[in-house]
Amino acid sequence: MSSLTFDPIRLPETCQALRREARAFLSEEIARGTFDPNNPRRGDSADGREFAKRVAAKGWIGMTWPKKYGGRERSFLERYVLTEEFRVANAPTGVYFTADRQSGPTIIRYGSEKIKADVLPRIVKGEIQFCIGMSEPGSGSDLFAAKTKATKTEGGYLINGTKIWTSNAHKSDYMIGLFRTSAPTKENRRHGLTSFLVPMKTKGITCNQITQMSGQREFNEVVFQDAFIPEDHVLGEIDGAWKQATTELAYERSGPERFLETYYVLTELVRAMGNNPDVRSAEGIGRLVAQLHTLRRMSVSVAGMLEAGKEPVVEASIVKDMGTLWEQALPGNARTLAAFIEQEPGNQMPLKKHLAYATKVAPKLTIQGGTTEVLRGIIARGLGLR
Amino acid sequence: MGESSIVVETAERIFADLCDPQTVNSAKDDTWKEALWKALTENGLTLPWVSEEHGGSGASLADGFELLSAAGRFAVPVPLAETMLAGWLLSQGGIVSPEGAMSVAPVQPKDKITLNADGTLSGRAQNIPFAREAQHFAVLAHGAKGVTIALVAAKDCRREDDENLAGEPADNLVFDKTTPLKTGSAPKDFDQTALMLMGCVARSLQIAGSLQYMLTRSVNYSQERVAFEKKISKFQAVQHNLAKLAGETAAAVAAAGSAAETVATGTPWNDETTFLEAAAAKIRCAEAAGTGSAIAHQVHGAIGFTKEYVLHRFSLRTLGWRDDFGNESYWAVELGNRVARRGADDLWPLVASR
Ligand SMILES: Cc1cc2nc3c(=O)[nH]c(=O)nc-3n(C[C@H](O)[C@H](O)[C@H](O)COP(=O)(O)OP(=O)(O)OC[C@H]3O[C@@H](n4cnc5c(N)ncnc54)[C@H](O)[C@@H]3O)c2cc1C
Repeated sequence: MSSLTFDPIRLPETCQALRREARAFLSEEIARGTFDPNNPRRGDSADGREFAKRVAAKGWIGMTWPKKYGGRERSFLERYVLTEEFRVANAPTGVYFTADRQSGPTIIRYGSEKIKADVLPRIVKGEIQFCIGMSEPGSGSDLFAAKTKATKTEGGYLINGTKIWTSNAHKSDYMIGLFRTSAPTKENRRHGLTSFLVPMKTKGITCNQITQMSGQREFNEVVFQDAFIPEDHVLGEIDGAWKQATTELAYERSGPERFLETYYVLTELVRAMGNNPDVRSAEGIGRLVAQLHTLRRMSVSVAGMLEAGKEPVVEASIVKDMGTLWEQALPGNARTLAAFIEQEPGNQMPLKKHLAYATKVAPKLTIQGGTTEVLRGIIARGLGLR
Repeated sequence: MGESSIVVETAERIFADLCDPQTVNSAKDDTWKEALWKALTENGLTLPWVSEEHGGSGASLADGFELLSAAGRFAVPVPLAETMLAGWLLSQGGIVSPEGAMSVAPVQPKDKITLNADGTLSGRAQNIPFAREAQHFAVLAHGAKGVTIALVAAKDCRREDDENLAGEPADNLVFDKTTPLKTGSAPKDFDQTALMLMGCVARSLQIAGSLQYMLTRSVNYSQERVAFEKKISKFQAVQHNLAKLAGETAAAVAAAGSAAETVATGTPWNDETTFLEAAAAKIRCAEAAGTGSAIAHQVHGAIGFTKEYVLHRFSLRTLGWRDDFGNESYWAVELGNRVARRGADDLWPLVASR
């Protein structure tokens, strides 16, 4: 079996200096009213676009990318620090997060020079938002069942079909979409899908918003009717997108956002407990902090491996599997621990509000970006079982 | 901790030759023990954390920690970790380590040994691992002038025999005006908590090592055993159980490795991050020990429940190690109280401090 490695990576002093800079920047943004750190509904926060531009001005979007595309060639560990500080502060990163984490790196790897020169600098400036067009009504975990078609035409492709669950498609400037360019073969059912850069303003694309159970309106159904995509917008190999999927996943799956999604609940739990918790609460908090610390050490370790040019796909899947289960269980655990806290009449605890919200978003955490079951399958393959 | 050092390579060779788990498990008597201990001693592996002038081999803390992981991977059934810790503790008090097996006292955070005005020791120390097999004990005692380290001959204390889950000695020691062979005062800021935290790191590494073995053994077994005309590794439920075991193992390896690195790089004992790292490692490794051993057994079916099969050598030790140097509930309460005293807004800065 492959041996799992999680070397104890330490963040170098440059990272801790950057952390201080990030905290100072975030306090200024909070002071000027850009967002409310006590509101975990990052999506509703004020002006994400303006915020993105100020983050960009710091050089913090695409910071690990090559300088010739506007990047700063800084390390994954530095990016890691910013990601966790922004997440814990509930900063409105929605505009640039997807592009920074996965779309940009995909374009760097598979895009034509022309596309790179056009698109990447605009991501780095915080000007454009990306969405991911993979899932379809008949294709979720089984990505290779995708049916939305890209048919060759003069100078490009015509797209027809429907993507669904596309987060923030309605606000996005571009999608990276997965479309069928050929039928699967007998030998390889993964064959026949191609990755495309899709400008969302293209004629023939309609976004229909879908409301989520938490009240957010991030989901979309995206309908394509003869939408024309130019030839040079193909990302990577025609019919060979399946070969490109795995490397991306290590980036997508191991970051701090994979266990910090409900962190605010822990903060509010500690606040509600006060300085002198009973033994039951103290034990509960101690265990949660030990688990969080361990997840973070694992996740930092994966960032270190990425920095060293490795592809820790299995390790990253482990971090996401355990991290998402932890953040999903956190509201329930906090609820149990908080059961005996006396509430002053007429003075509603922030914990209650945060718990309610976290409980409503919890179900999605082990579904988005690959379900628990799918991740376990990947880990099992890494163990040599499949 | 990069490539394994010469210390670890030597140790792994000795473990493979002289305490192969299957061989030890089927051995009719304890004669293998003597050969193993002799090889460990001759190669300087029992006192890596003692300088050469104090009778040890003067290896680094990091090398010693790797040695403990390796010992966990073989479920080494001799007082290696205990002698290493005892030698390390004696060095804190400037005391030369004697030859032979040793153990440390206390190993429970709430047990207190007192250094009396007349220089004798009093108190009870419960569940001292391998006490019966040790010639000497390294004892941390509290006197009028603070913390003292003492070297005590095993024959000079009263012993009540007890055992851990794996049937290894975990005896209670009674110090009743016991005269130590030597004493030395502990360095500034070194106290019983420091000893417990060091013990936490050691046991965490052993647990993580043992989980690594159980993961490999379980994965291999699932590819050997056939049921319903298939290798059981082909059942998705079995795959998912093993994936979960891999996750628990990974968590234990990461937590223990991170704590070991913190101590090895010389972070002071009274530093908040040392406490977080060592306590969190013990808590998380103990949790992984419970979840992980249960899965390893489930995957094995009845064969894993026999004396003849090696699995119990790992699962029972792993579970037993949870209880030494403070169990996970103890450390969780301590950590939870510290977090509460710091306050909600200081939790993240603590977690993100390293
Ligand atoms: C909040 C949120 C945001 C999302 N954003 C996007 C986005 O921006 N872009 C996008 O393309 N998609 C997005 N998705 C969709 C997401 O990728 C899919 O929901 C996910 O891949 C699962 O697919 P599905 O919902 O069709 O479930 P299904 O695949 O139908 O799965 C249903 C259940 O069956 C289980 N299952 C399926 N196959 C197996 C198997 N082989 N073995 C064992 N169990 C199995 C699953 O684990 C799950 O429990 C988002 C989803 C959520 C919840």
